Amino acid sequence: MGEYTYSELGSILAMQGFAGISLFSVLLLMALGLAIIFGQMGVINMAHGEFMAVGAYTTYFLSVLTEQYLPSLMPYYFIFAIVIAFLVAGVLGYLAEFALIRHLYKRPLDTLLATWGLSLIMQQSFRSIFGAREVSPTLPEWLLGSYQPTETIDIPLNGIFVLVLTGVVTLGVFYLLYKSSWGLRVRATTQNRVMSGAVGINTKKVDRYTFALGCGIAGIAGAAFTTIASTGPTTGSLYIVDTFMVVVFGGAASLFGTIVSAFTIAQTQSILEFFISGSMAKVYTLFALVLILMFKPEGLFASKVRR
Amino acid sequence: MLTVSNLKVSYGQSEVIHGLDFAVAKNETLAIMGRNGMGKTTLFKSLIGILPSTEGNINIDGVDVTNTESYRRVENGIAYVPQGRMIFPTLTVQENIETGMEVSKLKKIPDDIYALFPVLHEMRSRKGGNLSGGQQQQLAIARALVTNPKVLLLDEPTEGIQPSIIKDIANVLNELKKLRDITIIVSEQVLSFTQAVADRIIVIDKGEFIHEDTKDNVNTDVIRKYLSV
Repeated sequence: MGEYTYSELGSILAMQGFAGISLFSVLLLMALGLAIIFGQMGVINMAHGEFMAVGAYTTYFLSVLTEQYLPSLMPYYFIFAIVIAFLVAGVLGYLAEFALIRHLYKRPLDTLLATWGLSLIMQQSFRSIFGAREVSPTLPEWLLGSYQPTETIDIPLNGIFVLVLTGVVTLGVFYLLYKSSWGLRVRATTQNRVMSGAVGINTKKVDRYTFALGCGIAGIAGAAFTTIASTGPTTGSLYIVDTFMVVVFGGAASLFGTIVSAFTIAQTQSILEFFISGSMAKVYTLFALVLILMFKPEGLFASKVRR
Repeated sequence: MLTVSNLKVSYGQSEVIHGLDFAVAKNETLAIMGRNGMGKTTLFKSLIGILPSTEGNINIDGVDVTNTESYRRVENGIAYVPQGRMIFPTLTVQENIETGMEVSKLKKIPDDIYALFPVLHEMRSRKGGNLSGGQQQQLAIARALVTNPKVLLLDEPTEGIQPSIIKDIANVLNELKKLRDITIIVSEQVLSFTQAVADRIIVIDKGEFIHEDTKDNVNTDVIRKYLSV
């Protein structure tokens, strides 16, 4: 690192740190959805990345539509795209739960296989509908460009937007889980499904809506994702591994842990990537993760109570 | 209020409850006594719908609930306090109680619940898992009561609880019978507790009822003999 001056190093850290924040945002949104689904029904949704891709393709599709028919609305379409990405991914998730996953709750390994199969089906559908080439929506003007606090630091506006969006969604999920009656039902079912039924909670209905919500959040992640990279049929599967890492490292039952671990993993990777190659950065991150999990197998933040 | 006819329950191939028939009248408290492994908990689990019954009928206040899911039975007026309490350990005391309010559509925990269990009001923002066994038992009862049940099932409520708290729980149940129209079915091994709360006592042995007494002519010696190992 000898060739950099201190002020340059500072700028590098700030910029890479910020690039890490974009990654953090997408990972966090993905992990939130995955964690609430896993927590609620013990299903590891292998197709979660594809639900993100659904959100990304929805955004792309809407951008094409708007460009063609309502070019005057181009500056605003992105906001609607986020909402519609949420709805489309959520409805697809609802249908997947209804048609496939609810029949397999008593066979957890089979859900792994079934959702993996679902992910393959979805990938091929993307390829058939949108083609194998990567696509990007036309972003509105206000998302382009960057903010320059000093001469050497460039912070892209889309990164700031994604960060704010993630903040809003995360707060929303927190509010739903900890303040709403739906959240109470989810937390009760997470802890003891049988007993939740015996106090009068319709656990199957809670499952269905939780799955839909988790997939919907993945859809939002997809919309956010389009601002930082282009979307292809296999985009989702590239992110799913990192997302699993985030969930496991944070402790599957803790939302706060998910946030901290998404941040740690994204930042470590992003800052290391500048100094060493991307794959070595990944190796070091994974290595650190394995070490920490050996000493804290329940993840960073496991809730402490008598059981 | 609750009518059960020819109820049979099996674990796989082995039948554990062999065709029980009984009825509990409105506002009656029935105690089901028996040694460990005689089918008390199995009977209760099949009444609330955690275990499926292989044969027979369960009827609450005229509604047939056989083979329906647990939450449906709760909606129809049956509430369950399981053996070992089974409260939600990482939810606060208040949230634990609120889980029972999905069915009754209550917005706020009724004052009479905290009046019955003042200690729960004191501890309302603590995690359920950090309460003592006796407090957890009270919490489990409170959680069942906010569903506004017609029939309350209590599975060994005194298990692992110190004698002074056992007396408290008996007092709470007697208080409850005065306050509400409620039918209670309790499974027990402690005869003194049973005698303090029950109107009728049935002894279960190997999945069949073998002895029945009303409160006024309880034959303690006979029941003791059935309960001793």
